[in-house]
Amino acid sequence: MKHPYQMTARETVESIHNGDITSEECVHSVFDRISDVEERVHAYISLEKAQALERARIIDMKIKQGKPIGKLVGLCIAVKDNICTQTFPTTCGSRMLETFTPPYNATVVEALLEQDAIIIGKSNMDEYAMGSSTETSYFGPTTNPWNSKFVPGGSSGGSAAAVAAEEAILALGSDTGGSVRCPASFCSVVGLKPTYGLVSRYGLIAYANSLEQIGPLSRNVYDSALLLSVITKHELRDATSLKVKTQDYTSFPLKSLKGITIGVPQEFFGEGVEAQVAKTVQSAIDVLAQRGADVISTSLPTLRYALPAYYLIAMSEASSNLARYDGVRYGFSSLASAEDWSTGFSKTRKQGFGPEVRRRIILGTYALSSGYYNMYYMKALKVRTLIKQDFQKAFQNVDALVGPTMPILPFRLGEKINDPLALYMCDLLTVPENLVGCPAISIPCGNVGGLPIGLQIIAPPLHENQLFHIASQYEQAQR
Amino acid sequence: MIGTVTAEKISIEEVEHIAWLAKIELSQDEKKLFTNQFNTILEYFEVINEIDTEDVQPTTQVIEGTTALREDKVSTSLSINDALSNTTHSERRFFKAPKII
Repeated sequence: MKHPYQMTARETVESIHNGDITSEECVHSVFDRISDVEERVHAYISLEKAQALERARIIDMKIKQGKPIGKLVGLCIAVKDNICTQTFPTTCGSRMLETFTPPYNATVVEALLEQDAIIIGKSNMDEYAMGSSTETSYFGPTTNPWNSKFVPGGSSGGSAAAVAAEEAILALGSDTGGSVRCPASFCSVVGLKPTYGLVSRYGLIAYANSLEQIGPLSRNVYDSALLLSVITKHELRDATSLKVKTQDYTSFPLKSLKGITIGVPQEFFGEGVEAQVAKTVQSAIDVLAQRGADVISTSLPTLRYALPAYYLIAMSEASSNLARYDGVRYGFSSLASAEDWSTGFSKTRKQGFGPEVRRRIILGTYALSSGYYNMYYMKALKVRTLIKQDFQKAFQNVDALVGPTMPILPFRLGEKINDPLALYMCDLLTVPENLVGCPAISIPCGNVGGLPIGLQIIAPPLHENQLFHIASQYEQAQR
Repeated sequence: MIGTVTAEKISIEEVEHIAWLAKIELSQDEKKLFTNQFNTILEYFEVINEIDTEDVQPTTQVIEGTTALREDKVSTSLSINDALSNTTHSERRFFKAPKII
């Protein structure tokens, strides 16, 4: 019999419903697993066993009393440490917020708690979600559960590694330019970036608002749909929240892919994509064809401009968003020792932020400064329009687009960290979807030498069901 | 891979100035390192100039139709104690900031 920590979310919920196991047993099992592997993986920044057990006992009591129970009953969930939680510090992987405990919960956190989930800890991440390897965390890197010499991807590397290493049943991450999908691919789990505006960002510490979304990480497609169903709801505290009805995403079609047209943009296999990744993903696409999909070749001519446009927009937004860290209201502060505001402010930000965060704030400030605004920021926004039009055009002929999630295999810890541009290049295939607001999912599709590879499926806005349908058909074929 | 850059996009003086605008102190070594890295990165970003964007409108809000309007109702917000719970600089019911002017 499986240990509870090895179970999928679906199996856990069913077992608790049937009375086979209790929430408390699940918490004990997951924490036993954590004590076995966490030293090697370092998926978490904080963990609270006592709090989790207390909550589990309350939930178990509710079940015993025959009270209605939630959709995520007893599930041990890791929440990325840039999502505000009242009962855990929320550090954003930064010295700047090392001691920050938010006075409120993010909307998604409230949604998890309403459905009887158990948040067991806060997962490690690149500082302020700026990175693709989880190496920029102030609290040290997370390692890849498949090979601890390699990076888990980022920036939600802790969330993906926790799910892959069976240290959590489900996790939440955030995806600004691939930060859910990249670590999902590198750690061989399922990671979804929902349509822009589908999930409330209230309580998500801002990096680049026009791009980011909170998304689920899980061990299979059904669990991803289950978690999305819970966190999707319209609310006024996020002004970009879409007016869509809450729906049950787990009711995606189970039929074959007959009648579905899948496009393969030739640019997804262009320069920068490793041959062994391309070959593995091509075989996965063949599987979709075997499941009945009509696979056709297509093109996204402006794709090569997506990466520079993305970085210019993300850095510009970051420079504005992170201006709030002045050492006055919260966070690290060097103000006391400084003679004036300007010096104190500058010292606070020198000592509180790591190098990558400072690089992006300074470059973003540059791209927005007088004389460079039109050349960089405005130009990037116009390029964004052209990329969006390319995707819209492609979706006139296809239901979904597919390709590799990451152009390369997981790399070694330390291999790219001193070369910022080389790290940016890893995001080649994951940033376009944030620029155009489309939902995209990464699912495991094989490995080379034990290093995982992910298949990315992209659908038009609000077609998450389509993603789950296609992804689950691939998953079925692998069983 | 911080190679030699042919045409300098940004000088060390400009980096100093921008860092001052962004209120981030940099050490002398970091100024040099960042200037090199910024030149490599900005050179790569230049690729977007290949594409013609004459008459193209910028995209700031990618999914249309989300203008958020609500009734102007009074509701509860963060209490003063909660708002001050993460600061080391407060006096009575206020944040205490250093002298600015």
